[in-house]
Order: sequence, then structure tokens, then C-alpha cells
Amino acid sequence: MQEMLRVEDLWVSVDERQILKGVNLSINYGEVLVLFGPNGAGKTSFIMTLMGFPKYVVEQGRIYFKGEDITNKDVYERAQLGMGVSFQRPPTVRGVTLRKIIEIISDGRINKEGFVEYAERLNLSGHLDRGLNDGFSGGEIKRSELLQLMVQRPDMVLIDEPESGVDLENITLVGEAINMLLGKDKVKDPKRSAIIITHTGYILDYVNADKGYIIFEGKLICGGDPRDILSEIKRHGYRGCAECR
Amino acid sequence: MSISKIYLSDIRVRAERVKDKKAAIGPDIDLSRYSEHIERGRIENLEGLSRQAKEAAVMAGIDVKEEVRSGSYIQVDHSVVYERINKAYEGKLEIMSTTEALSKYDWLEEYYWRVIPVDQDKYTAQAELNMTHGYFIRVFPHQKPEYPVQACLLVAGNYISQNVHNIIIVEEGAELQVITGCTLAKRDAEGVHIGISEFFVKKGGKLFFTMIHSWADNFHVRPRTGAIVEEDGAFFSNYVLLKPVKSLQMFPAAYLKGDRSSAKFNTILYGLKDSYIDVGSRIVLEGEDTRGESTARAIAADESVIYSRGDLIAKTRGYCLAHLDCRGILFSNKAKIYAIPQLVSDGAIKAELSHEASIGPIAEEQVEYLMSRGISREDAVSVITSGFLNLDIPFIPEFLDRNIKEVIKATAKEAL
Ligand SMILES: Nc1ncnc2c1ncn2[C@@H]1O[C@H](COP(=O)(O)OP(=O)(O)O)[C@@H](O)[C@H]1O
Ligand SMILES: [Mg+2]
Repeated sequence: MQEMLRVEDLWVSVDERQILKGVNLSINYGEVLVLFGPNGAGKTSFIMTLMGFPKYVVEQGRIYFKGEDITNKDVYERAQLGMGVSFQRPPTVRGVTLRKIIEIISDGRINKEGFVEYAERLNLSGHLDRGLNDGFSGGEIKRSELLQLMVQRPDMVLIDEPESGVDLENITLVGEAINMLLGKDKVKDPKRSAIIITHTGYILDYVNADKGYIIFEGKLICGGDPRDILSEIKRHGYRGCAECR
Repeated sequence: MSISKIYLSDIRVRAERVKDKKAAIGPDIDLSRYSEHIERGRIENLEGLSRQAKEAAVMAGIDVKEEVRSGSYIQVDHSVVYERINKAYEGKLEIMSTTEALSKYDWLEEYYWRVIPVDQDKYTAQAELNMTHGYFIRVFPHQKPEYPVQACLLVAGNYISQNVHNIIIVEEGAELQVITGCTLAKRDAEGVHIGISEFFVKKGGKLFFTMIHSWADNFHVRPRTGAIVEEDGAFFSNYVLLKPVKSLQMFPAAYLKGDRSSAKFNTILYGLKDSYIDVGSRIVLEGEDTRGESTARAIAADESVIYSRGDLIAKTRGYCLAHLDCRGILFSNKAKIYAIPQLVSDGAIKAELSHEASIGPIAEEQVEYLMSRGISREDAVSVITSGFLNLDIPFIPEFLDRNIKEVIKATAKEAL
């Protein structure tokens, strides 16, 4: 299997604070990875660094995507190369509707009916003409993020806590959306990869993940089967997991 | 029967007295420079306008086909060249020049110069002493034409002062939408436009008024606008400026006289080149349970200067509520924005007045967010900026969208 993403000895700081301290990771085409970790461990920082947001300063190490060194590429270039992120807390863009953004993202690649249908599936048709994230509830934000990604169709999706704030009614929708994003609803397109951050692990009931890691004290630890990791965390807590490695 | 001679001579005397009185704010204009008088012939339909004039009218929001309009009034320089009411709306409203209305209706004495004082400054004086028409639009009681009336005040000549006096009367329970486009046929024209606008919204009436200004580098503009709103009436005012102007100063006011009346101002200002723009909105809450809302968005590019003012003045003993929202973005380090919100409670112990004012760049966080969706920085800035300016003005959304996009495209690069 071919490698899609490779992270080598990644050290990252935010506002002069060291967050990541030597992360190594490799993800193959079609692989889905789950990241666990306590609050403040640096999960969000990690995927924001992968996407290239300038606030996250790479002090050391390299990131390769599809064989290319992207460490110094900006957010737009990385998106062009096929990366996309579902934000944990995206900013509000007042006056710009969700519909408008989707139209721009789709740039003719997918027709109007196409995204209106996605929006309906995600229970968001009523939100298309509202300002982006303007007054959206936690769950609506998640679904709107996924809707935008469904139109963007990145090869590598970085999804930050898709289940947080989503009620039980909608969690199946979120799961389905992620599966669609990964092309799991089709046999033809299995090459998409993902990193899914989960705090609770609920999303594992809906999405098949291949591998899991815990992010702890700036490093990735305890690589293995995600369900096993989850039950270990439930039994011993994050610290316990960190100690048994 | 025409308006009384005594009233007319009285206002003339008052106007004469302030012929040289400078305005309280804004740069002073030497009106003697603009003394040409230019008359134009009538046209059969809007296709009859010269190509330049037609293009200018379209740029100012005028629908040349008149399909989604209930009527039209077109003035070029010092002549009324066209007035028409669409068949379906005959008997529901009337449109004519104010000059004609003054000779026809003696009761206009109760409206003419009753909101704006004729002796306010040299510009009001000029409008009275050298009046060159303006429109009179009246919608009859309980009539609600579904499409707007459009009025175009166009300047085609050089060195003229176009001095119009507009009057809109919305009778009891009626609703009217008016789109006024003020513009120039020649982009290099030198001159001045003085527009007196007096609006009357009667009991339970609604007036949706949209004004689009499309001027140029050497043109001065001094509108003087006031609206009186009776009980349960509502006044909505939208103002859009997306082209350069030599100097523009106006401070339209809504007087909420009747209980439960309301006013809402939306103002979009785009400062280009060395434009001097001083635009405010004033809401005077006199009746009980009155509401006011004022939203202004200003972008200053190039070497422009923008004063964005807003006054909320409460005078009622009863409850009233008003909010002012005034935001600005600077696109150039040679531009300047003054945001000047003011709240006044004059013995209005129950009044709730509030404002938020801010000047700052587009949030980098928003730009990066859109970039992560595969949108270039330039496009992201453009879409966020149009979102900032988009105040949801009915009937001209595509017009606005297109024009806003164009100016942003031309100026946003500097901001990047
Ligand atoms: N803008 C910021 N300024 C300072 N510290 C930050 C900022 N963003 C995140 N952090 C800190 O970085 C650490 C990692 O945060 P984050 O990546 O959001 O963790 P997680 O997603 O695992 O909860 C936390 O200690 C957090 O407080
Ligand atoms: Mg997080």
C-alpha cells in the first residue's frame, strides 16, 4: 500500500508554547486513523498544523503529502493538493451564506441539485441561506463542516471531534456523512484517508477505523486497534495508557 | 390650485437670508462655479436615453425595461424627460415633477419644506431659489404596489447644479418602494447635485426607500433628507455608494412622531480615490414604543476619507428602543475612517439606546478558514468583504452583488 501522509519528528509551538514534541506518523492511501487524547493534549493543534495554519509554528520536522514536502506550503496550497479539515470551532463569517461558500467550493464540480441533496441529507437545507456558522448550534456546525467537505472532496480529511455537540438523532447522519466523505459508500473509490479526532469514541460505532493513537505529552503513543485503545482508555485513563507503553 | 403665494414668498425670503451660509459639516462648495442651465427634450421610453445615459442609469439600479417597476421618473440635467405609471398601477399612485405638483395641489403647502428647514444652509437655499424639479410620488390610501417606483436623477452636462426637491407621500395604510438612482452620464463631469427629499409616512404606512449614488471624481453632492413617520408607520432607508465622489455630505433623518412607528437605515459606503464622504443617519424617537435601527458599513480604499455618523435621539416619555451598528474596514494606509456614533436621551427615561462601532481589518481567521476549503486568498477576501457589505437590500440584490464584486476586485489587492 502506498503512503499518503508522512510526518517526521514534528515539533510545533503555539504562541511560544511547545505543543507537539516529536510526532511521527505514516498514513497510507485509504487508511482511516483515529486520534484520542485528553483535553488540551494537542489534537486540534496537530491537524491544524497538517493543514498549514500559520498560528501553528513548525519548529522542527517535516510533513510529506503524496510524496511532496508540504512543510512550507500555505493552507490554500495544501487544500489544492487534496487536504481538507472539519473544524472543531470554525469562525463565523457574517453576511456570507453557507450556500454561497458551497457554490464557490464546488466551482462547477458538482451541480446545484447535488449539494442541495447533500444539505437535505444532513438536515441543513434550512441553513443554506444563513450566514456561515452564524448562530449555528454545535451539531449544526459539525454538519455544515461535513457538508462543505462533501463538496470539496479532499483525499485526506482531517475531522476534529465530529460527534461533539451532536445529538443522538443526528449522530447517524454525521457517521453517514463521514463514510460518504471517505468513499465508503462506493466500492470504487477506496483511496481516501482520514484522521478523525474523537474524545468520546462514539464515532467508532459508525465509522470503520483502521488504526488508533493516543496523543499525550506532545507525542503519539499506543498505536493499535482503535477499539482496543478505547477500552484501555476507559479502563486505565490516559495516564494509565501512557505508563503501560 | 397652486400652493399659496404667501407661503412661497415667505420661504423665498428665508432662503435668501442663508444664501451664503456654510453647512455645519463637510467642505464648503463655491456654488457660483456651477451656473450652467441645460434643458433636455422628452423621451418616449427609457430606450430613448443616450447610450451613455442609459448605461449610467443601469449602473444606478434603474431597470430600463421597466418590467419589475410600478412606475418611472427620469430627469436629465434640468429637465424632466419621462414619467410613467405602469398600467396595472394607474389610480393607485401618482408620479409627477414637484414643480407640477406645486401648481396642482394647494395642500402641498403642508409638505413642502416642512421636514427640512429651507434656511438650513446655502444648499437648501439653492434648492429653493434655483429649483430644477425633482419628483413627487404619492401612493393612495391602502394601496400596496408590489413593484418599486424608480426615479433617476441624471446629470449629463458640465458645470451645472442640479437642484431637485423630492416629495414622497405614503398615505394611510399604504406601502411603497422607491429606488432612486443618481448618476452622471459622463464620468469626468464637474458639477453639483443638491437633493432635498421630504418623505411622509402616514398612519400604518410603509416606505422602503433605496438610493444608489454613482458619482465621479469631480462631482459634489449635498442631499438633505428627512422623513416624518406617523403612528404604526415604518420607514426603511437604504443607501449605496460604490463610486468615487469629490465630496458628499448628508445626514438623513427619520422623525418617529407617531406611537409604534419605526425606522431602519442601511448604509453602504465605499471610499475610492480621493473621495470625501460624510454620511450619517439620524433617528429621532418622539412617539411611544418607537423602534430604530441603523446599520452602516464603510470601506475606505485609496486616499479616501469617510465619516460614518449615526445619531439616535430619544425624546419620548414612553418606551423606545434603538440600536446603531457601524463598522469600517480600511483598505489602504492612505485612507481614513471616522466612526462617530452618538446616543442622546432627552428626558426619555425609558429609552434603551445602544451602539456598536468598530474599525478593523477582515479577520485573518476567516480568510484562512475559507482558504482551507480550496479558495484562494484573493477570492476569500473578496467574498468576506462582500459579505461585510451585504445588507440584504431588496429588489437590487444582483445589481449590488455584481457592483460590489467589481469594486472589491479593483481595490482589495491593496488590503492583502
Ligand atoms: N491560540 C492559543 N494560544 C495559546 N495556547 C493555545 C492556543 N490554542 C491552543 N492552545 C493550547 O495548546 C494546547 C493544545 O490545544 P489543542 O490542540 O486545542 O488541544 P486538544 O484539541 O487536544 O484539546 C492547549 O494547552 C491549549 O490551551
Ligand atoms: Mg481540540
